[in-house]
Amino acid sequence: MPSLKTYRLRIRSVQSTQKITKAMKMVAAAKLRRAHEQAVAARPYAEAMDKVLAALGQSFKGAGPRLLAGTGSDQVQLLIVATADRGLCGAFNSSIVREARRLVRALMADGKTVKILCVGRKGRDQLRRDFGPMIIETITDLGRPRLSYGDAQKVAARVSALFEAGEFDVATVVYNRFRSAISQVVTVQQLIPAQPPESEEGAVATTGGAIYEFEPDEGAILADLLPRNLTVQIFRVLLENAASFYGSQMTAMDNASRNAGDVIKKLTLQMNRSRQATITKELIEIISGAEAV
Amino acid sequence: MAKFSFRLVMPERELLAIEADMVVVPGSEGDFGVLEGHAPLISTVRPGVLEVYQGNKVERRFVVAGGFAEVTPERCTVLAEEAIPFEEATAEYLAQRERTAEEDLMDAANDAERAAATKDLAIARELQRAQAYYATR
Repeated sequence: MPSLKTYRLRIRSVQSTQKITKAMKMVAAAKLRRAHEQAVAARPYAEAMDKVLAALGQSFKGAGPRLLAGTGSDQVQLLIVATADRGLCGAFNSSIVREARRLVRALMADGKTVKILCVGRKGRDQLRRDFGPMIIETITDLGRPRLSYGDAQKVAARVSALFEAGEFDVATVVYNRFRSAISQVVTVQQLIPAQPPESEEGAVATTGGAIYEFEPDEGAILADLLPRNLTVQIFRVLLENAASFYGSQMTAMDNASRNAGDVIKKLTLQMNRSRQATITKELIEIISGAEAV
Repeated sequence: MAKFSFRLVMPERELLAIEADMVVVPGSEGDFGVLEGHAPLISTVRPGVLEVYQGNKVERRFVVAGGFAEVTPERCTVLAEEAIPFEEATAEYLAQRERTAEEDLMDAANDAERAAATKDLAIARELQRAQAYYATR
């Protein structure tokens, strides 16, 4: 039977773990709020962009720049796996990676060539084992101290450079969409060729069927707009991911603190039992000693 | 004068959402004024100064670094890559920006970086010119 001292030590160590997880939970909650605010603040721009794109998309059915129409092939697939740089966030990273693995296998079964661009250290670490040679690049340390549009521009610049160089035909991103602090949804979204948003409730409806004039002209605007749209989409992905990460971390740390509490309770109980057992034993010894006299 | 709703949005946040009498947007094909009931228009925006009118007076000015404008009869939305209130975009600030862009151009390691820096530099110069012009008005 372990001594009282070892119990006490173990309780203390679990207590300090609990302190850490509690603090992490608090920090994650604060950061989640900030990330959420940021995501909400970024929404008007993305919505306005969607509207313009929807208006433009109608004049470009099937034709148009390559970012919209594609290269006419889907042989080489680029998979952008957006994860976090750090762990301790429950199933956040592994759920993204699991989906990415599934996608890679499905695409390979179709005879496609797959290339992987990792955003975030954790995704790379987990994918390296299975698909090491396919990872063409990793972008890490985004969003320090906080996520900015510049971060999205960095990623978008890399993606469009690869696209310009003819490195891939289709780009798809895997990330976690933020639904609430306890629920994040792994989402797969195609980035290139761009998918113009549904236009039914978009521009035409709100202008009462009026057709836009374009200045300079549709082609020029589209050529200017599509790269920006790519950046905005990536920015949205990064924001959603950041919010999901903190949400996931908050939940995970909450669970960890609760588990630590359970362990402490159990250990305290065991410690008290063993203390009582010792006392009882000592009493018996004293009593039987007294009787013997 | 009837008002229309004007919004100035940046990727990171919405900068301004108000009712305005007139907005003058620096379109890539020339400045254009937007009043209530303007014909639907989508235009690119060049780096320059955007003016928001209340009544006959300029109420606010913004320095925008390019983007898009979407105009319908009842609203006008400007999607700016970057927008700064005119008062904050001082000559010193813009000169600093030009220097940074020049340095970036010098340090550029590859074509993509060079292209980005060249673009930044052009924007910075354009903004300086616009700022100098509007500062005297």
